[in-house]
Amino acid sequence: MRFKDVFSIIGPGMIGPSSSHTAGAVRIGRVARELLGSQPERVVIRLYRSFADTYRGHGTDVALAAGLLGWDTDHDGIPQALVAAEQAGMELSFVPKPDNVPHPNTAALQMHGGGRELLVTGTSIGGGNIAIVGIDEFDVRFSGSFPTLVLRHADRIGLLADVTRLLSAARLNIGQMNVDRTSRSGAALTVVETDGPLPRDLVRSIARLEGVSEVRKIDLTKRRRRT
Amino acid sequence: MRFQDLQGLAALCIREGLPIHRLMLEEQARESGRTVRQEKMKMTDYYRVMKEAVRRGLTEDTRSRSGLTGNDAKQVEALRESGAGMLGPLGDKALAYALAVSEVNASMGRIIATPTAGSCGVIPGVFVSAQEEFGWSDERMTEGLFTAGALGYVIANRSFVSGAEGGCQAEIGSAVAMAAGALAELRGGTPEQAVHAVGLALKNSLGLVCDPVGGLVEVPCIVRNGFGAVSAITAAQMALAGVRSAIPSDEVIEAMREVGGAMPDKYRETARGGLAATKTGKRIMEELHPRRHAKREEAAASDEDGTGQGASDKDAP
Repeated sequence: MRFKDVFSIIGPGMIGPSSSHTAGAVRIGRVARELLGSQPERVVIRLYRSFADTYRGHGTDVALAAGLLGWDTDHDGIPQALVAAEQAGMELSFVPKPDNVPHPNTAALQMHGGGRELLVTGTSIGGGNIAIVGIDEFDVRFSGSFPTLVLRHADRIGLLADVTRLLSAARLNIGQMNVDRTSRSGAALTVVETDGPLPRDLVRSIARLEGVSEVRKIDLTKRRRRT
Repeated sequence: MRFQDLQGLAALCIREGLPIHRLMLEEQARESGRTVRQEKMKMTDYYRVMKEAVRRGLTEDTRSRSGLTGNDAKQVEALRESGAGMLGPLGDKALAYALAVSEVNASMGRIIATPTAGSCGVIPGVFVSAQEEFGWSDERMTEGLFTAGALGYVIANRSFVSGAEGGCQAEIGSAVAMAAGALAELRGGTPEQAVHAVGLALKNSLGLVCDPVGGLVEVPCIVRNGFGAVSAITAAQMALAGVRSAIPSDEVIEAMREVGGAMPDKYRETARGGLAATKTGKRIMEELHPRRHAKREEAAASDEDGTGQGASDKDAP
């Protein structure tokens, strides 16, 4: 099911004017920031289809900036987020693209920060709900509505069993999981959505597993301060 | 959730002797792992935001950033207060309140997406006016939101709720259907009557395109919220009177998906068709984004290396 619960229909609480082009864009920006692990210094944001056509009027640009600042969808500062981003030392550029991608509201964020580069592609599927569909060259699919682990690791036998063993030892149920890899025995990326919050030491133990090169925790269910 | 369609929802309610709102609340708590009380509190907060948006839209300046819309709700409310309203006490208020919330949204104020921001006026318009007219408690209104959410959950998963995917029918149409079913249940209707209200309401918006002038959630979105609130009352009234949707509501939802899927891109929130493409619509677009089209061409040409360096428009107004 694309929409999981009643609050994906009634909600989110948000600053207008568009749930898909404003609130959804805030969430895409926030997930992107959490995937990078820090505030990016420079972001080139490519916008596709309806995002490309109407981003200015819907405040998609301010919304993505707000998300990259780590803000929530109902933050009062959203209308001024581009200024706030500049003050925070983020350089953003928006590039509407004519390409025909599968989903009408798609943004691809090429982030640079802390000596790293990361490409995150997200789509806004309506009512403020999103799907992250790409991380660098990997295909993924997750909503950010659940506590989520994103692991980069070697494609080795037994690695996922090690991860799931640690999760079950922590009494955490997996709601959804997807795995993609560049090639057989190449680099792999796994996304795990869990039903409960992810404790810090669990994340640390997973990071210490042989073959795991990076772990990121994403949890948009955690509220941030409004202003 | 234990239900995937409206027929299944009604059957489950009948089997367990529960109204839709109660069944939804219990299902929600099961899905989220939080308590019934916590989930109710969250919804109560949302209802508070809705009421606040009605108040703001009727009392504060709601001129949008584009200057295209704002402050119409106050005019409609003034006409009602003068005694010249023509829709009856409930309809008069529902119209003014729905416009108020929608104008707050367009002026970048705080609202609850129900199911989207573009359609955020319909449910508060119907709910806040009905609460005043029928003397219902906030708790009862919160229950009504769970009913609306259950109906919307089915529509969203079996069809769509975003204009970019399915046109305005998916946004305003879904909101009207949700409000209609919820109002029918609030007024004592059975789960089946609430489900018929959904089908009746959705049939009236099938085919409605998403054609926002200048790409803004303003024209025609705001007035469609006003119309939507009144339509929702109409559908609830028919359902409560015993009118049934001859095409079962689940099939009406299927029809919405079929129609939305067949809609050309220009009618799906791209601001390239319908009202957005009229002479005046284009002129407004031109005034709002004088450099936009030129920029898009330039971006296409200069971004072949994927860096976007040639097309930064951060400095644009």
